[in-house]
Parts: sequence; C-alpha cells; structure tokens
Amino acid sequence: MLNYTIRRLLFAVPTLLVISFIIFAILDLAPSDPTGNLPLTIPAEVRAQIREALGLGQPFPIRYMKWLQQFFINEPLNMMEQWWGIQIGDSANRLRVTSWATRSPVVDLIVERMPQTLWVVGMSYVLGILIALPIGVISAYKQYSIFDQIGTFISMIGFSVPTFFTGIVLIVIFSVQLGWLPSIYDTTLQVTDWPSFWKQVKQMMMPVFVLALFNAAQIARFMRSSMLDNLNQDYVRTARAKGLREQTVVLTHVLRNSLIPVVTVIALGIPQVFGGAIITEQIFRVNGLGQLLIIGIEGADIPLVQTLTFIFAVLIVLFNLVADLLYGILDPRIRYD
Amino acid sequence: MTDQTNSTVQAEDPVRPHRSLWSDVWRQFKVHRGGLIGVGVFSFILLAVIIGPMIHTIDPQFLDYKNKNLAPTLAHPFGTDNLGRDMLAQVLAGGRISLAVGITAMLLSLVLGTFIGVVAGYFKALDGPLMRLTDLFLALPLLPLLLVIIMLFRDTLRNMFGPETGIFLLIVFIIGITSWMQTARIVRGDVLGLKEQEFVLAAGSIGTRPRRIITRHIFPNVLSPIMVSATLGVANAIITESSLSFLGLGFPSDFPTWGRLLFDGANFMQITPSRVIWPGLAISLTVLSVNYVGDAIRDALDPRIRGR
Amino acid sequence: MHILKKTLLATAALALVSVGTANAASDGKRGMDGQLNILYWQAASILNPYLSGGTKDINAASMILEPLAYYDETGAMVPALAEEIPTPENGGVSDDLTSVTWKLKKGVTWSDGTPFTAKDVVFSAKYCMDPTGGCNASSNFSDVDSVEAIDDNTVKITFSVAKPFPYGPFVGTTAPIIQEAQFKDCLGAKAPTCTAANFGPIGTGPFTVTEFKANDVVVYAANDKYREEGKPAFATAVFKGGGEAAAAARSVLETGEFDYAWNLQVEPEILAQMAAAGKGTVVTSFGTSVERLMVQATNVDPALGDKRGTIEGGVHPFLNDPAVREALSRAIDRQVLVDAGYGKAGQVTCNVLPAPAVYVSTANDDCKVQDVDKANKLLDDAGWAKGSDGIRAKDGVRLSILYQTSTNGVRQGTQALIKQMWAAIGVETELKNISASVFFGGDQSSPDTFQKFFADIEMYTNNFDGTDPEKYMGSWTCKNIPSPANQWIGNNMPRYCNAEYDALVAEMGKTASIEKRAALAMKMNDMLMQARAMIPLIHRGNVSAHSNTLLGVRMNSWDSELWNVQDWTRAK
Repeated sequence: MLNYTIRRLLFAVPTLLVISFIIFAILDLAPSDPTGNLPLTIPAEVRAQIREALGLGQPFPIRYMKWLQQFFINEPLNMMEQWWGIQIGDSANRLRVTSWATRSPVVDLIVERMPQTLWVVGMSYVLGILIALPIGVISAYKQYSIFDQIGTFISMIGFSVPTFFTGIVLIVIFSVQLGWLPSIYDTTLQVTDWPSFWKQVKQMMMPVFVLALFNAAQIARFMRSSMLDNLNQDYVRTARAKGLREQTVVLTHVLRNSLIPVVTVIALGIPQVFGGAIITEQIFRVNGLGQLLIIGIEGADIPLVQTLTFIFAVLIVLFNLVADLLYGILDPRIRYD
Repeated sequence: MTDQTNSTVQAEDPVRPHRSLWSDVWRQFKVHRGGLIGVGVFSFILLAVIIGPMIHTIDPQFLDYKNKNLAPTLAHPFGTDNLGRDMLAQVLAGGRISLAVGITAMLLSLVLGTFIGVVAGYFKALDGPLMRLTDLFLALPLLPLLLVIIMLFRDTLRNMFGPETGIFLLIVFIIGITSWMQTARIVRGDVLGLKEQEFVLAAGSIGTRPRRIITRHIFPNVLSPIMVSATLGVANAIITESSLSFLGLGFPSDFPTWGRLLFDGANFMQITPSRVIWPGLAISLTVLSVNYVGDAIRDALDPRIRGR
Repeated sequence: MHILKKTLLATAALALVSVGTANAASDGKRGMDGQLNILYWQAASILNPYLSGGTKDINAASMILEPLAYYDETGAMVPALAEEIPTPENGGVSDDLTSVTWKLKKGVTWSDGTPFTAKDVVFSAKYCMDPTGGCNASSNFSDVDSVEAIDDNTVKITFSVAKPFPYGPFVGTTAPIIQEAQFKDCLGAKAPTCTAANFGPIGTGPFTVTEFKANDVVVYAANDKYREEGKPAFATAVFKGGGEAAAAARSVLETGEFDYAWNLQVEPEILAQMAAAGKGTVVTSFGTSVERLMVQATNVDPALGDKRGTIEGGVHPFLNDPAVREALSRAIDRQVLVDAGYGKAGQVTCNVLPAPAVYVSTANDDCKVQDVDKANKLLDDAGWAKGSDGIRAKDGVRLSILYQTSTNGVRQGTQALIKQMWAAIGVETELKNISASVFFGGDQSSPDTFQKFFADIEMYTNNFDGTDPEKYMGSWTCKNIPSPANQWIGNNMPRYCNAEYDALVAEMGKTASIEKRAALAMKMNDMLMQARAMIPLIHRGNVSAHSNTLLGVRMNSWDSELWNVQDWTRAK
C-alpha cells in the first residue's frame, strides 16, 4: 500500500503539470477579455495599452512558463519567508501570481476567503454528510417504509429544486417577511464572544441549509442504494445465522461494505468545498472562493482563475487518491500492487 | 406493502412455467407500486408536453402585452409572465426541450461514465490512464471551457443544423461530456471490489472471456449506483441547462425551458407565484418519477429480491 | 471665508432637494450618524481608479479620492479641490484654448495630515500618462503636453492642440488626485506591485479606508482631516459587493439591511412591488446613455471569409435599402419597451445624443409613436412583398434578421418584444445573446464581439463621459470602422461612412463657441438618424435606491453616484 501511495504521488506530478497546461490553454483560448467589463467610454487604444500592461502581449508559452515559475517557485519562497520571518534572495522584486482585476497577489485573496468558505460551504458539507448517512442507512434497512418514502421524497426535491430558487424563497420568508435572519453575509464579522457567535450562526443558517440539503440528497441516495445491494448478500445471512446482533450486522458488516460508492462521492465532494458554491454564495453574498472564481471568470482574470482551478485540481487528485486508499481498507480484497 | 408484493410473487412460484429473464423483470416491475406511479406520472408529463400544445394552442412566444402579469384565468390557466406570454404554453413548450435535454444528456453521461468506470475498474493497465483522464475532466474550469466550445462550434452547428437543433446538440454534448466523471469513479470503485469476488474469479477461472464477464457478471451488479446516477443526472442536466441559458451560453432567449422559466420567474415569485410553482413542480415531478422508475428497475433486476 | 460660503451654498442646495427634512446636513457633528451601508452588486476590486475595472471601483474610490472638480447632478462642474472652475472669462483658460490653469483650495491636507499641493496634481498626471502603466483614464489626458506646478496652489495644464473643452484631466471621479508620497514608487510597470497603496489610497475626501477585502467589501471611517467642518455625518461606512441587482434592491427596499443600492436594472414591476414595503425610495437620473440598435451596413455572409462584415465585403443584402431601415424603426413601439423593461429608468428617444439639453435635436421625434401602417406601406412601395410564410422578400432575398445583444434579462425582454413588432411587418427575427464578457471583450479570435458584428442588428447601450459630445460624435467617422486592418478596433459598429459627416467632425474639433458646437452636434445626430445607421430606442437613466432614513442623496449620472456622500445624513 505504501509503495502504491508513493507511486501514485510521483505520478501525480506529471499529471498535474499536464492539467495545469490544459487549463492555461483553455483560459487563453476563451474569448473573454480582461477589458470587457470596462466602461465603453474607454477607447480602444487605452484598452490595448491596458492589455499590454497586463502582459497579454507576450506569447502564450512565455506566459505559461511565467505562471509556473511564479506559482511553483516564487509563491512557496514567499510563504516560507512569511512563516519563518526570514528573507530569501531578492524578495522585493520577486513577482508573485498577481490578479489582473485587483492587482494583488492571488494567494492572499484566496487566504482572505478561506474563513467564510470553510464556515459556510465546509460546514454545509459536513452537515450534509452527517444527515445523509443515517437517512441512507435507515431508508435502506426499512426499504419502502414511511421513513424511506419521506426521505426519498425530500432528498429528490432537495436535489431537483435549484439553489437559486430555494435561496430566494428562504430570503423572502426569513428576511423579508419575518425579519429573523440577515440576507447579506458580513465577512468582516469577528467572532469574539457569544453575541457575535450568535450573529455568525444567524448569518450562516440560510446558506448552510440550502447547501446541506443539496449535498445530503445526493449522498443519501447513494448510501441507500449501496446498502440495499449489500443487505441481501449471502454474508449477511451468514452473519445473522452466526447469531450476531442485528445492530452489529448492519452497522459493522453491511455498512462497511456499502461505503465504497459513498466514499467516492464524498471524496469527489471535498474539493468542491474549496471550489465554493457559486450560486449560493451569490444569493447570500457570502463572497467566498466560489464568488472569487466566478468574478475571475467573468473578468477573464487568467492568473486568478488559473491558480484557483489548479489548486482545485491538486485537491481532486489528492482526494481521489485518498478514496482509492480507503477502498483498500474497506474491502481488503481490493489490491493495487 | 413490500411484504404483500413478495408474497404474491412467492405464491406463484411453485406453479410457474419456464420464463425468460425479461418477463421476470417485468413481472417484478409491475408490482412495484412506486415504479408504476413513476411510470404513470412520467408518461403523463411526456404526453402533456407532446399533445398539450395541440390542445392549448396559444403560441408560447406570443406577447400579449396588455395582459401581462396575470394571475391564473380561464384563458391563461397558469397566468402570464411580465411580457404577457402564456405560462401554460411556455411550460408545455419548455418541457419538450428540458425533457429532451435532460434525458439525452443524462444517457450520454451515463454511457460514458459506466463504460470508463467498468473498463478502468476491470482492466488494471487502463486504470491509471483512465482515472487520470477523469481527474483532468474534474479539474477543468467549466465556464471558460464552455466559452471555448461555443466559440469554436456554435456557428458551425448553427449552419449545419439550424439555430435550434445546433444548440440542442451542443448543449447535450457539453452537459454529457462534463458530468460523467462521478459515475465513472463510483462504478470503478464498485468494480474494483466486484472483480475480486468469488463468482467473478470463478467465471474467470473457467475461461470466460472478459467481455462476457463484464456484461454478464459485473454490469448487473453495478446497476444500482448507475440508476441513482441516472436520476440525479436528469435533474442535473435540466438545471445545468438553465444556468447555461442564464450565462448566455444556452438556447436563444425566446426558447423557454423549465430551468429558465424558473430562473426568470424567481424574482417575480411575490407578484405572480404561478411563474415559479409550475416549472418548479414540473422539474421535481420529473425527477421524482424518474427516481421511482429507477428504483423499480433496480429491484426488478436484482435476482435476490426477485427470487425472494 | 470661501470654504464657509461653499458650505452654506451646499447646505442651501441640499435643503432644496430634500424638502421636508430641512435640517439635513447642516448642524451635524462629524460622525454623529453612525454607519452608512452601501450595497453594489458588483464588488469593488481595487481602490485606485486609474487601475480599476469599472464604475464600481471608481465609485468606491470616490469616497476617498477627489478630483479638482465634480460634475453635479445637472451636469454642471462644481469645484472640489479647485478654488473655482477655470473658464476663458475668468482667465483660467488661455485665449488660444491650449492651456488651462487651475487654482487649488488652500489649507487642504491629506488624510495622513500632510499638506496637499500642486505637486500631487502634477504627479497624478505623470502617473496616469505613463504608457506602461495601463492607466484606464489615459484618454482623459489625451493631447496633454505638460502639467506643471506654477506654485503650491496653481497648476497649469498645456495641450498640444487647441482644446475647446479642456476639462478632461482631473474633472470627474474617473481622474482624481492621488498622493505623490504614497505612489511615487509605483509608476509605470510597477503600478500593479503597489498592492498596499492600490488597496488603501490616502485621499483628501470625506472617508478613509480601514479595511479592504478585494471583490468583497470596503470598510471606511470618516476622515478626521476632511476640510469641511462637521462632515461627513457618518462615522463609518461599508461598501459591500456581490449578488445581483434584484437582490440588492431587496436589501434596501424590503429588508432595510442596507441604506443605498446601486444600478438596479430590474423589471419595473419588481421594483414597484419592493418599494411598496415603504422602507426605501427608488431614485433615477438621466445622463447620456442610449439603448440603441446598430444596423449593419455591410454583408455578413460567412461565405465571405475574411471580408465578412467589412466594406470590401460589399453592402448588406437588404439593410442597404433605406425603406427597410425606416420600416424597422417605425414598427417599434418604444413606449412598450420602456414600460416592460425600464419603467422610470427609461424614456423614449429618437436621438443617439439625448443630453445635455443644448445638444438635443427634435428633428427626429416622429419615431416616438409606432406607425405599423406606414412601415408596411414603406416596404410594399419598395417592392418587398409578403411570401406564403408571411415573410417579405424581394428578388429571393428574405427579410430575415439575426439580432444579437449581450446576456441580460431586460435586454432579452426587449429582444422578444421587438421580434414580435417586426413580425407584424413581415420581418423574421432570430435572437442571439452573448455573454457580456465576450460580446464587449473584443477578443480577436472570437466571432461574437460587438465590433465584429457578424449579425444584422445588434443592441447595446453607449454613452459618453462628462458633458462634451465631441469624442462621442467622432465615433462614426469612416476611419473608425472596425476591420481586420485595424484589428477590429474602432467604435463605428454600423460601418457608417459619409465624407460630409467626417467633415463636420473635423469642424467641431476647431470650434470653441458652445452654440456652434451644439449646432454641429445636432446636425451630426440628425444625419445619423436620417440614415438610420442606428435606431435609438431608449434614453436610459441610472436607477438606484436609498433607505427612507438616508437624506441628502442627489442621484448623479454625470459622475460617481457617491459624489456628495459627505453631505449624506441619517434622518432622526
């Protein structure tokens, strides 16, 4: 297993390089332009000058190499300097990956958005999993019971009604009609005491609910179907025949064997947390990583989008590896060597 | 409910003559109440969007500007929108496109995902490359990719097939090609475990060809996650289509689709609630009915349940 | 003395605007009104307007940085950092129109306490005119030869040509004064590296930045060095971004969480329904924006390859017929378009030059009323006969139009309405909408840009900065036609080319008297309208909303909407 892990990690490096190149090429090919959102009163010559100043005049390979250097050499060096408070080389003139819209280092922007992303998107994901697993297990164990029917109904509604709709419904009810919850997320809020913590909880409630509903729906469906597959297997009958307690049979044997698809779905979902939730963030103005990404895309901010997407790619590769390793633990018959 | 189902099947068991697999499956499917309701609802929706426009003959594009934002009336059972378009006609017309996009895109993504998942899971040599390809597709930034695809192909397709069919093909292709990865990963995960199970090993040891092992032994056992993916896939495709239209990458703006009607209506929900209720209901009912049909098919194909 | 007078004047003006709330900005102490919450659905990305990405950044920065003069809500210039507006009459503008001399207010300090001097003005010009800096206000400085400090309070700007309207540099919030001490190491290519300065410029305005999260939120505090006594009334301000227009309107009008929301282009009935909650007021003002149809003059057949959409490709198969163009314009009921998509934020117009009042022509006003019969008759007379499918055709050419615009709910509504109006005269329309970042992006590899205009009709809004239309009217000269030869840049989308028009443009560049300039501009407008190079639809206003407890808002389309934020107060 260790061997396999090391091999996969080594293989991840060229994979990620290829991915980064393809992403860069797509972003470069895309017909949107960083001056596209400027007021029309700004004449074309000035736009050309702005493009030039952003470095768009250079040929594609050079821009790609520059990004590689900035991301893989300059940014880590800078990080080390900040952590250890030392100076390595000529740090003042070392170019970091710089966003075109804000003219500031992309990594700083990402760090700035981590709190709200983790609070809202991360929390909703954890919550979604915590709700989904028991619902999936019980629904399968009591297939076609009232509980199962209601669970199925709610999760399919949760998945089929888009978040742009649920979000507005919640705002109209809880912010406009009742006035209980804020419709705008305050990213400057510092949690220092109980009242501010309560404020934080209040502003998280609606976005977390919308996202958790969506996430839970999907995971619960996979959990249920996988449990159903296993509940009728021969080994379950054997375990019961052995006289094991029903709880042990279901929660240890069946659940463990049913987890493979669920682990896959969750592993695919965790990077999505860092990708943010574009629509929900827009509706509640959470302004996390999802909103940063969409603004970058709309403004054709290539360095920003490239960096965000690449970090996202790293997480995907990593978590898919974790999932593969977990398969081996859940089902010892699965071997990679 | 379930018990009753099973007893009926069992009661027939002793006397039943030789039957084919598919008649067995159909037999089991018929007694799945959720599945039957699902088929009923889905057929109703399908019939409604196909025949409906012939009965309710108002042109969904016609702007009756003097009658805008109407609440439901006899002439306009679902009311009208802010430009005076009849909502019922729009929901019916939108259903044709949404259903077509939803089902075809789902099938495309399902076929792709299942194929890649099974092959990657079964053939060790292909696992690495195919899964890295999956990683790549998962990492691709969707919107810039769409912009590129649309820039490259929209005009070509429009000239070849006309504005509607051209965009339809493009959208189905885009949604299909960007949503197969989850199915592939899930199917592969299951196949990895399955291929080490005794019955597969046994089949292999008596010299069964891999192709037959896959179709005969592996595939039926990964059907249930595929069915779940299918139901989630329909919802996903219908909603993705609406966000594409919203970004200017979808159908021309005078083409209603359910997702788009819901999106455009969202801000009007306090003025004309029927603008969101009907398209929202249509999407949910479709997804729910597909889901129950999927459940029923899964149960019907499961020999353990069938034989119980 | 002067400052006192200005304050009194400002207070008087304010009292006139906010009738019934007489004691608005007068007797306040600085910071007595707590926090001001402003919501822009596009978040600010940077607070240096010279490097900004659009209106939102410029407006966010206008609370911190000041120009020499603003445009007020009537389009008149009012001094900010300048003592008065230089004119030929007061000797501020030289007789040959090649230089302008600004006298600066005395005793103004930056928010860090250092004095503001003419050197800062000179530096700001140097900063923006550096060609490697990518300054987006550089067209404000076009033809500027030199900017020099005569003394600490006098700046002389010299132009290389005679400038009948010498108010490009430092008038309006697009080109404010930045502090030399803060930006001196940020010239040219180094501009983007000064993140701290770009995110927290030191200004002379009523507020200073305390926290800035790019693309998210700006937190301000009152500038305690601000030159006007007792202002601003708010101790802190928050400029939050994100979401979309309808949601922004809701937060002011329905939930009352915010005091001010910007650019609420949503369907009028939604705004009306939200405003009915009684928490806020929708305000509009009209500048020079006109939503118009551009009518393609050249052939856009894809078979033409490189010649597609160029003069060399030949004339358009049916839009070259003046009767068709006129019929298309007459068939449109502009009032319906206004009611459906704009409400109070739109007015029917028949001109591409809709304001300021002195420039507005009345020669084309017959388009204000729809006339389907006349449109049909025009087409009948010109030989366009209806075929079996109800679409008119002549010599095998069908009147089938591809009509493109950017993606935007209101625009798609307008498209649908116009499609139906044209169907009534036997014209078939195919609608197409393109993501704004592509449509306006100008990427040369994309066929979907508004410059390439590979369609028969395209629709968007254009306007001009400030109050002088010379540059704007110069857009439709022959040399401004986008083509592969000039990398598709140029603003003459309809490919209008008329030597007589070009001559008028040249003449305007040499004319100083406002009456003559107005006559010329009107003549040009009328030429464009009679040739129907463009079909104007709607004179668009800016629409925003403010809470009923917020006083002093003077909605401005000529400059930043937040131009007078120092005078805003909270109702008691």
